[in-house]
Amino acid sequence: MNGPTTSTASGAAAAPADGTATATAPAGAGVWRSPLFWLGLALAVAALCVLPFLVKNYRVFQFNLVLVYAIAILGLNILTGFNGQISLGHGAFYAVGAYAAAILMERAGVPYWATLPVAGALCFVFGFLMGFPALRLGGHYLAVATLALALAVPQLLKYKLIEGWTGGVQGIVLNKPEPPFSFRFLGQPFNSDRWLYFFTLAVVVVMFWLAWNLLHGRVGRALIAIRDHPIAASAMGINLPVFKSLTFGVSAAFTGVAGALGASVIAFVSPDSFTVNLSIFLLVGMVVGGLASIPGAFFGAIFIQFVPNIADEISKSAPAAIYGVLLIGLMYLMPTGVMGLVRTLWLRWRSRFSAAASSSNARPKET
Amino acid sequence: MEGFLHQVFAGVANGCIYGSVALALVMIYQATHHLNFAQGEMATFSTFIAWALIQQGWPYWAAFAVTVAVSFAAGLVIQRVVLRPVERAPVLTNVNVFIGLLLIFNALSGWLFDHTVKSFPSPFAQESFLKTRFFSAHEMGSFLVMMAVLLALYAFFRFTSLGLAMRAAALNPDSARLVGIRVSWMLAVGWGLAAAIGAVAGMMVAPVVFLDPNMMAGILLYGFASALLGGVDNPFGAVIGGLVVGVLENLLGAYVIGTELKLTVALVLIVGTLTLMPAGLFGKRVVTRV
Amino acid sequence: MLLRAFIRAALAGVAAAALSGTALAQKKYDPGADDKEIKIGAIHPYSGPASAYGTIGKAIGAYFDKVNAEGGINGRKIKYIALDDGYNPAKTVEMARKLVEEEEALLVFNPLGTPPNTAIQRYLNQKKVPQLFVATGATKWGDPKNFPWTMGWQPTYQAEGRIYAAHILETKPNAKIAVLYQNDDYGKDYLKGFEDGLGDKAKTMIVAKVTYEVTDPTVDSQMVTLKASGADVFFNITTPKFAAQAIKKAAEIGWKPVHYLNNVSSSVGSVLTPAGLPNAVGIITTAYIKDPTDPQWANDKGFQEWVAFMKKYMPSGNLADGFNVYGYTVAQGLVQVLKQAGDNLTRENVMKQAASLDITLPMLLPGVNVKTAADDFYPIEREQLQRFDGKTWVLFGKVYGR
Repeated sequence: MNGPTTSTASGAAAAPADGTATATAPAGAGVWRSPLFWLGLALAVAALCVLPFLVKNYRVFQFNLVLVYAIAILGLNILTGFNGQISLGHGAFYAVGAYAAAILMERAGVPYWATLPVAGALCFVFGFLMGFPALRLGGHYLAVATLALALAVPQLLKYKLIEGWTGGVQGIVLNKPEPPFSFRFLGQPFNSDRWLYFFTLAVVVVMFWLAWNLLHGRVGRALIAIRDHPIAASAMGINLPVFKSLTFGVSAAFTGVAGALGASVIAFVSPDSFTVNLSIFLLVGMVVGGLASIPGAFFGAIFIQFVPNIADEISKSAPAAIYGVLLIGLMYLMPTGVMGLVRTLWLRWRSRFSAAASSSNARPKET
Repeated sequence: MEGFLHQVFAGVANGCIYGSVALALVMIYQATHHLNFAQGEMATFSTFIAWALIQQGWPYWAAFAVTVAVSFAAGLVIQRVVLRPVERAPVLTNVNVFIGLLLIFNALSGWLFDHTVKSFPSPFAQESFLKTRFFSAHEMGSFLVMMAVLLALYAFFRFTSLGLAMRAAALNPDSARLVGIRVSWMLAVGWGLAAAIGAVAGMMVAPVVFLDPNMMAGILLYGFASALLGGVDNPFGAVIGGLVVGVLENLLGAYVIGTELKLTVALVLIVGTLTLMPAGLFGKRVVTRV
Repeated sequence: MLLRAFIRAALAGVAAAALSGTALAQKKYDPGADDKEIKIGAIHPYSGPASAYGTIGKAIGAYFDKVNAEGGINGRKIKYIALDDGYNPAKTVEMARKLVEEEEALLVFNPLGTPPNTAIQRYLNQKKVPQLFVATGATKWGDPKNFPWTMGWQPTYQAEGRIYAAHILETKPNAKIAVLYQNDDYGKDYLKGFEDGLGDKAKTMIVAKVTYEVTDPTVDSQMVTLKASGADVFFNITTPKFAAQAIKKAAEIGWKPVHYLNNVSSSVGSVLTPAGLPNAVGIITTAYIKDPTDPQWANDKGFQEWVAFMKKYMPSGNLADGFNVYGYTVAQGLVQVLKQAGDNLTRENVMKQAASLDITLPMLLPGVNVKTAADDFYPIEREQLQRFDGKTWVLFGKVYGR
């Protein structure tokens, strides 16, 4: 089974960084010492902090959703992009995380920030359990099974025996978290949405750092080995069943945390919010951002949050059609997604830059 | 007892619906070893075409025939244009393309034919000779149509040279090429046939569940369950799988777990079949050499 | 000098008094309204599983086109901002926020579905933006004490269920009742009203209760179960396509109970004809609005006006679709509210006028009116029973509701 890097479209072969973990290290090694880098980072952080005060509440709300989807897509990417297990049902884990948070907040009075680890842990278990039957399934079969999961979960959420907890088809209305202190900055009050923005941003930083550490170490290499050459990996001593199930669990946990955050941002959960469309959108977001790419999750999230709103202007049927056309088009032209394109351009620019700067240096170019 | 029999036969009638969708899925799997997630939406779109023709005044069977022919051609074209570039690509790429097709067809149906629920005529009048004690005329009629399609497929694969060539191309593409079979075109024909079967399934289903762009959404999953249960490379298995799933769903819903967990039943069925009986009831057992 | 200052102050005071508060030519606006236009925001499911209801939003837009073509409301044109939530409550929240914070619409009109409306109810009431003429029959939308900015529109499902229960108690007090209902808020709301109406006898009279999901292909299995229960009365709480299936199946399996059909699925063209008109003889339902496919209205003035409207402003619309009548009628309701508001187009006044309605509308049944008060946030409450005779619905009995 070949990984996405060896597909037929152009550009993929020139960007090895999306497949192997080691390729990025030499390219980025010198970066940490550059003062320019730190200045740029500081500016970026400052911009991110000021941003919510420059725009209206409604935009901040949309940014929060982008951040939430970014975590969810990252979770999906861990499973599908890095480990090759196709999931058309990650909406189910998002739903479980959201409902877990909602039930804890509404029925047990748990504060919203404490629901995140619980949702994550619950979804980890759920994902791990899903991983067992998934071991025997590959490719389409896993896709069908996860699709079935995505379709079954909304109906399960309406089930009358658990209605007392889940609120049944009416769902649960939640209170938006209040900021712990209030002030005004640039004429805008520090309200619920802006507080959630910073909270979500903090969670994003933590989750992405976790993912980065996980995927750029031995575990990450093992995952990619399992994706590309499962038999060889197994022969090398990697315990396939354990790894694959754990990956399912971790992936579900990430998406579950995203769901819990989403519940606080939107302040409402109901079975209708978590249909199979959500799973498909997460898939589209992952593909657009770039398979096996951690930063790609942001591009994917921005895409699935804003494109429907823009496409709506053209026609009410347009968003789905655009997603479809893009999904197919990207598979041909840019299977590594936006991040793949960014990386290709970056490497090309860097190689031109370093060839000019160190023409006497005999170090081989990274290609 | 009468109630029980009615449930069983209602399940058989539903099972015919699932079985015909499963047939189309199996068709594509046999030809290309891929599961076409867009099958339901393609069938819905074909049914809309038939509906439009009938609205224009065409007689039913003329519209039927033209729709089947157009669907066959469309399936062929889709394989040539959309799927050929990713033929050798990994599974995820293909799955993404199928999902993309699903979205496009769904959007097209909604855009061209709007979202109001439409009724679709049945060629079998309610009081025709086909009516029996437990089956309505339409249910009997769709069952017979499905069997006819199945037998035609069987005959095609068994007794015609084109069918033989397609089987060869699916089993061993490289050897098939060596004997001069144009494998790519065999895949395209496979898709065309599947699209045609899907159109037939859609036109048999629409009188019962009514026509709107989301018509197949509820059925596709059961179609998958049926195909997997029967053995995803065996057309007879697909039909039998469909009947089993239909009856099981009804009996469980009526007597065991209630009607509120039907999709969970489908999920358990799919996961169970794939883990315990990956080849399904009638499929071939696949052993990979390491 | 003191005198001059005093006179200046007095003149200023008089001038201020003259400019500020007299009734003549006093225009008050909230965001979304000005001298030229009124911004109306609406959220409907144009895509997704409930997209069949999207035509309501389109019919509303077409009616606003008509109003604008005829001069607008008190000289102001309507700017209609129609957003799609795909029946996904998370999206509804986003669209509501967009309407209030970005588009700055005066009000949110006719959002559709109970979960979507539940999701935005608290937000709109906090922001003091009218959530007007909500498109669902759920009973909880008429609660002015807790949610003074939210108002329903159509007769509630519970009220309808109670009417059927009352009729059964009057005509067939020893009936054995079977119920088929959709497994969501709409189905359960109907059932609750029905059971409340039967009171203590509910437990003994209802011998079978079965649900179905919108994702089910057919309800055949459920119908077989219900027949097997031996019931002789059937309360059919289903949406149009399932209603047609249920009626057809009942005929096929030879079950002929007294059949009460919920009003949502009573269209002659969309439900009874596909089900087979002979199979539908004797079905009882309530009605508050005219069915465009019912031949008895062919020469009715209101109906002909509606057809003319459809042909001119919504030519691609389906003349057999009752949702297009619904959209037309609810838009007329809003236009009446805005007319009554005159030049005081604050949100508070809009709600005040919405709570002071007493009109009839052309496509409502004779005897049905639109009436609200400060403690009555249910605009349409009157309905009448009707029975199908094979060709058309025949009204009978009294008009229920206040």
